[in-house]
Amino acid sequence: MRDPLVELTERGLYCRAGDFYIDPWQPVDRAVVTHAHSDHAIGECAHYLTAAPGRDLLAMRVGDGAAIQPLAYGEAIVHHGVGVSLHPAGHILGSAQVRLEHHGEVWVVSGDYKLSPDPTCAAFEAVRCHCFISESTFGLPIFRWAPPAATMHDVAAWWRANQQSGRTSLLLCYALGKAQRLLAGLDPEIGPIYVHGAVERCNAVYRAGGVRLPAAPPVLEAARSAEFERALILAPPSAQGTPWTRRFKRPVRGFASGWMQIRGTRRRKVVDRGFVLSDHADWPELLAAIAGTGAERVLVTHGYAQALARHLCERGLDAQPLATRFVGEAGGEEVLPAPEPTDASDPPEDEPAEDELSDMSEPPASEETAP
Amino acid sequence: MRSFAALYAALDETTRTSEKVAAMRAYLAAAPPEDAAWAVYFLIGRKPRQAVGARKLRTWVSEAAGVSEWLFEECHEAVGDIAETAALLLPPPSRTTEQPLHRWVHDRLLPLAGKDEAAQRADLRAAWDELDRNERLVFHKLITGAFRVGVSQRLVIAALAELGELAPATVAHRLMGDWQPSAAQFRGLVAAESDQPSASRPYPFLLAHALEGEPAELGPRDAWQAEWKYDGIRAQVVRRGGQLFVWSRGEELIGERFPELAAAAGRLAEGTVLDGELLPWKDGELLPFAELQRRIGRKNLSRTILAEVPVTFLAFDALEAGGRDLRERPLAERRPILEQLLAPLAGEVLRVSPVVTAATWQELAALRQDSRARGVEGLMLKRRAAPYGVGRVRGDWWKWKLDPLVVDAVLVYAQSGSGRRASLFTDYTFAVWQDGALVPFCKAYSGLTDAELTEVDRFVRAHTLERFGPVRSVTPELVFEIGFEGIARSRRHKSGVAVRFPRILRWRRDKQPVDADHIDALEALLGA
Ligand SMILES: [Zn+2]
Repeated sequence: MRDPLVELTERGLYCRAGDFYIDPWQPVDRAVVTHAHSDHAIGECAHYLTAAPGRDLLAMRVGDGAAIQPLAYGEAIVHHGVGVSLHPAGHILGSAQVRLEHHGEVWVVSGDYKLSPDPTCAAFEAVRCHCFISESTFGLPIFRWAPPAATMHDVAAWWRANQQSGRTSLLLCYALGKAQRLLAGLDPEIGPIYVHGAVERCNAVYRAGGVRLPAAPPVLEAARSAEFERALILAPPSAQGTPWTRRFKRPVRGFASGWMQIRGTRRRKVVDRGFVLSDHADWPELLAAIAGTGAERVLVTHGYAQALARHLCERGLDAQPLATRFVGEAGGEEVLPAPEPTDASDPPEDEPAEDELSDMSEPPASEETAP
Repeated sequence: MRSFAALYAALDETTRTSEKVAAMRAYLAAAPPEDAAWAVYFLIGRKPRQAVGARKLRTWVSEAAGVSEWLFEECHEAVGDIAETAALLLPPPSRTTEQPLHRWVHDRLLPLAGKDEAAQRADLRAAWDELDRNERLVFHKLITGAFRVGVSQRLVIAALAELGELAPATVAHRLMGDWQPSAAQFRGLVAAESDQPSASRPYPFLLAHALEGEPAELGPRDAWQAEWKYDGIRAQVVRRGGQLFVWSRGEELIGERFPELAAAAGRLAEGTVLDGELLPWKDGELLPFAELQRRIGRKNLSRTILAEVPVTFLAFDALEAGGRDLRERPLAERRPILEQLLAPLAGEVLRVSPVVTAATWQELAALRQDSRARGVEGLMLKRRAAPYGVGRVRGDWWKWKLDPLVVDAVLVYAQSGSGRRASLFTDYTFAVWQDGALVPFCKAYSGLTDAELTEVDRFVRAHTLERFGPVRSVTPELVFEIGFEGIARSRRHKSGVAVRFPRILRWRRDKQPVDADHIDALEALLGA
């Protein structure tokens, strides 16, 4: 029996034949990176290979000076005899599945992916393979997304209702990916949209990459007299409860995440409204994607890996969980219910100094993702 | 059903009480009165009896959704609520329904309990095919007898009071007692003119608050009436229309379980309502509360148990006399009326709660120190000038309890909570040391902050030793200070003791499991 083309090591998923890592969690010499979320893209690797549309997002994450080789979707290179190509994963701008071919055997590493439509990135492409390494962030049959258009409709209705009562709509969402998807899906005619600085940084990269987004100036650049009462504000979850939010009088808080499917997680966020919107595949999408690869062997990473693998085995596939350190859509606990600040003694002028993108790297506390 | 499910979702989604009241008011105003009647019935916490158990629901949902039962369990663990898990797992319905709530209740829900399994399963399948996710959640909660929504009775009363432009106390009174939801009943509930009250209807109980400061801060000693704070079952005795009704605070009719009281109170004058405490009392002496629990636990009231644990009704207030509502009169006037009412009847079963006499607060404080020896929890302080208010009025009635008994114990088992905490491990079992092993001695559910709960939840998940259904045993590492009101010997408990009202006072992060208390500490408290 041949060695597996991809194996799990201390530093991450490793292709021994080609001597490179895929989304390593420790600095390595050569890293193929599926996308720029922090649980997949680590700094200080000597060399990066990533999909061309995601190049600048990766540079933002790991630093401008990093050696990043962009590769167009579908184009193949050969490294130490291993054919490598990248294929759209539909997760965020530039997200890719990694296809590896060696002596006629094909493996695909999915990274994070979704099948539902998203105007801000290329659509997921099914790639035939012998072995598929799939994520499983939402790998339970309770997760079934409504069509995104319906969710966007709900967000718009919520925003309008808040305008009626003269209150700011503060919508918490991931700064990279989710925020742009919301922006692209909402009607800017409803009212002004403002964003947190962390969202603005990602927006700039998306716009430079040719993704059309409506005007959404950063809150800090808004005039003092800005009409926040009618506005929709997009901010990362970590902004909740910080002095930054105090400039909005009695905001109505929403949260957009796949975890909002479960009432318990929504209530623990202490938000007024949850919107079920995820950049990860739901249960039917996971099963459809896996079937679409034609793979007879499936390795399941982060999420409900045990459950999904067991279910696939019952369906006659050779499936096993794989204990990676990816966290997917950090869910339940990444934002502890922060008490609403009651005193306004801190000046609300400054944003928190720490990197706002860090909200994407917090691990969920649920045991399902523990190795 | 659709709009009631939407109301449930709206109440579930907001944490603001003003929005909850507004949502209920809007629903009740728009709904047909038959629907509104059932909505009120469910919202204030009355429920139909369980028609389908969780076990059956799990099996049938797994079947209908095409998932293995182990997968259902995985989902249940992620969601934390069986009704919600079932609602999420089922395939989308093929139809919708416009059937109003009351028709659902009459035609589908109430008959379900009396059917055999095959018919129940068929009914559920038919229901699932026409209910969406929100409706299914409500439906599942109702059929499993687990319907609960985050509104207090006070909020429901506020919504009804706004709707009918009535005083909340009026609505609260109309909601008491025995009633069946109907269009006429709902109209009566919000009608301006009071209808003829049913003979059985009790008054809303006035509840006391815990005294936090010093009693001297309450003002002059003689403005307050002091009584012992007994540990029994709060009850209202209603004598009207030639009948006798005994109501618990949970608004249950409990007269049948206390035949000796029915016999004695049957001699009360027509149009009398008394408030008081049911206590286990034998040969002129108070028995421990555990004895009363033992009696309540019995399905059949045998001659033996009646002889072993007789009860007394210790009356402390008169709410109605001669058919007249006395609640607006000050306590100073109600007290002599109470004494007059009971003077000819007082005996073993009916007594008047004695007034504790002490000239000064200091003298009273000294008497309070004897509470445990007397088998009471402390003192009640009641403002002599105050009327009998509705619900939790602050400032007129104070519980001045002894400080709780305290031990340090180790967390050994955890179980997920319910409602808002359904997906968190929040129900804990604590143990103390005995012969080098940890022996569980109580369960406690409350006392931690949300942040602490989240932290303990994370600990439980990371330190699970074994699973027993929903319960997990965990590595004994965390130490908590547990307070409780009383302690008694118990053969039903492994530790040999049963404690009353245990709660977590604080997390002792500074302590290791070895620092936790030994069973001796509990034994010592038995004599305290
Ligand atoms: Zn990602």
